[in-house]
Amino acid sequence: MSTATTHDAHHEEHPGGLLRWVFTTNHKDIGTLYLLFSLLMFMVGGAMAMIIRAELFQPGLQFVEPQFFNSMTTMHALIMIFGAVMPGFVGLANWLVPMMIGAPDMALPRMNNWSFWILPFAFAMLLSTLFMEGGAPASGWTMYPPLVLQTGDAFPFLIFSVHLMGISSIMGAINIVVTIVNMRAPGMNLMKMPLFVWTWLITAYLLIAVMPVLAGSVTMLLTDRFFETSFFNAAGGGDPVMFQHIFWFFGHPEVYIMILPAFGIVSQIIPTFARKPLFGYSSMVYATASIAFLSFIVWAHHMFTVGMPLTGELFFMYATMLIAVPTGVKVFNWVSTMWKGSMTFETPMLFAIGFVVLFTIGGFSGLMLAITPVDFQYHDTYFVVAHFHYVLVTGAVFSIMAAAYYWMPKWTGNMYDERLGKLHFWLSTIFVNVLFFPQHFLGLAGMPRRIPDYAVQFTEFNQISSIGGFAFGLTQLLFVYIVYKTIKGGEKATDQVWEGAHGLEWTLSSPPPYHSFTTAPEVK
Amino acid sequence: MSEAHGGYYVPHGTTWPIVGSIGLTTLVVGFANYLNGSSSGMPVMAVGLGIVLLMMFGWFGVVIRESESGLYNDQVDKSFRWGMSWFIFSEVMFFAAFFGALYYARILSVPWLGGADVSTNEFLWNGWEAAWPTNGPGEIGGEFETMGAWGIPAINTLLLLSSGVTVTFAHWALKKGNRGPLVLWLLATVILGFTFLGLQMYEYGHAYHELNLTLGSGIYGSTFFMLTGFHGMHVTIGAIMLTIIMLRCIKGHFTADRHFAFEAVAWYWHFVDVVWLGLFIFVYML
Repeated sequence: MSTATTHDAHHEEHPGGLLRWVFTTNHKDIGTLYLLFSLLMFMVGGAMAMIIRAELFQPGLQFVEPQFFNSMTTMHALIMIFGAVMPGFVGLANWLVPMMIGAPDMALPRMNNWSFWILPFAFAMLLSTLFMEGGAPASGWTMYPPLVLQTGDAFPFLIFSVHLMGISSIMGAINIVVTIVNMRAPGMNLMKMPLFVWTWLITAYLLIAVMPVLAGSVTMLLTDRFFETSFFNAAGGGDPVMFQHIFWFFGHPEVYIMILPAFGIVSQIIPTFARKPLFGYSSMVYATASIAFLSFIVWAHHMFTVGMPLTGELFFMYATMLIAVPTGVKVFNWVSTMWKGSMTFETPMLFAIGFVVLFTIGGFSGLMLAITPVDFQYHDTYFVVAHFHYVLVTGAVFSIMAAAYYWMPKWTGNMYDERLGKLHFWLSTIFVNVLFFPQHFLGLAGMPRRIPDYAVQFTEFNQISSIGGFAFGLTQLLFVYIVYKTIKGGEKATDQVWEGAHGLEWTLSSPPPYHSFTTAPEVK
Repeated sequence: MSEAHGGYYVPHGTTWPIVGSIGLTTLVVGFANYLNGSSSGMPVMAVGLGIVLLMMFGWFGVVIRESESGLYNDQVDKSFRWGMSWFIFSEVMFFAAFFGALYYARILSVPWLGGADVSTNEFLWNGWEAAWPTNGPGEIGGEFETMGAWGIPAINTLLLLSSGVTVTFAHWALKKGNRGPLVLWLLATVILGFTFLGLQMYEYGHAYHELNLTLGSGIYGSTFFMLTGFHGMHVTIGAIMLTIIMLRCIKGHFTADRHFAFEAVAWYWHFVDVVWLGLFIFVYML
């Protein structure tokens, strides 16, 4: 243990059994751990979504107490954001970044282990709140005071689990930045990096900048509750709205933390199956950087209705709409990459195209929400729920699935079952729209979010949405089966896997050696 | 950089991270139970803290031994440098959250409460006038006095600024290979650091007992103690790290051109220094 050697001395040596996974410093092992953890949390968070949709199948209270319903929406969000989507992307970064830049491993392998191994503890702690007096947190994942201060025994556990997730994210992000700036093979200059690497470099920067702010804001909640501070108490000169500002200063970049790596993935996949190089590589890089910069100056569009000076409302409205420009550049480039390409439609490509179309719908509803006076109507309705699920499910989650299908043959050495993969795509795509599209109508008609009951006129759309939800949920079990089957065996994959695939990771064997590149490859 | 790509440094297996996770979790579970009023909270917390300290001792020990036996090439050195820089940046952002709270309260929310936003003032706190320092219209925590800038805080500013100078002198001595002055300058830095902390503790006592300025003194007390408190915590960590670096210097660690741990701690110390300047200006003076 803990003996350091240069790689040459110990070829392919690793401990066996379960402890291998606990003590590992290998980027592929840790990547696998992240991805499996992400899948597990996706199922746990998904189960909570099923409870939400079951309760909303009919007006009135059917299955759960209102308090528990609110716990479900809160925990579903926390688990999906911090447990499923973020670790999913970090797992992909772990697997792919060293292979894509021609490195043997991550720059700080021990810290890499720690970033992962904090997560199971943090989420065990968060999930344990379900069994505490007063129930799990039910204030919404945004933890607004004063409501969140009424949480029962779960309160400090909520705060500390957020702290632990933050520590994990910051360490993971530092590791990715350091790997990218310091471990590139000779000749792999910045503007030759695959876009997945670029988007992760920028994402990691966002993470380091905003996770500490989240830690600070929840620390203020903790001291307001237990140590007599008045940050969010107007009687003491504080302001509950101050929390919302600090929280969303974290929260909006957080949204891009969950979508920039998705942009990277799609930018890897579309050129492969269009058999053309990516259209507008450098504009993609600049667009990503612009989106990251803008993400710091738009946070208050989450709180238009809370009260702000008019100049503030206008500033945040215009700044938000500005984001449509670099995002539009990206969508244009993806479409132009496909233009006149000789395209084939394997499962990763299907998910990538599904991403481009459906994420764009989420982007448009986002533009609608950015318009301040209109947002006064949409705020806190199901329109918002529909919007961010289009962005996060058909955006972030679809991209992770696309990535899984695209790189699984490389990781495991086995091809997945193409027939089942396509079935998974079509069922997912149909039902995700059945699930979320009607929620636009519900929101426009005025149905508020985070409420277990609703007026009868909303019944039909809710029932359609719930049916879509159950079917989408079931479909994901198919994904679990496909992943399992691919790990177990299947048609052997070639090194290049896909005819049109280019990049360093495809020059390695499938599955790749334990340490990706022991000597740096030549990059032309 | 010639050898950097020939032999990558890749450690095999590590036990300390999982120990760290168990320790951290024990620590926060104990703390949470303590906050919820359980009597077992404190002992569990202490055990967790013990495990975390053990982990730090063990993990740093491994890295120090590897470093001293010459396993780290230039590339590893560079990774450490980048890692530390970004870690300090994350710390800056942590403080930014609390400075942000201070500015928001002073520039926006307190004036709003005092009538800049008419309706709030009229309906909720009619007649209350905005001022700074304040413990709000509810006068939470009762009447208090503030800490003057030109007493202990000014002395503390001088102490920290000079400690930034002494640590730089130590660095110069290290680069010239003069062990004697190196240790002496480090010792001076450590003494300045701990003196700062002593004065800060005295000041806290003074605030609590004579000025009735507490963490519960409304928004002023909240921002004052959270900002200076987290800063003090960072000074404590920095001073402990400097002490360890000094002990390592006495043991003969580091060479004139390879001493990243020293530099990392010096960076951290300067960071703590800069935060203090921000505090002195925005919390004490203005």
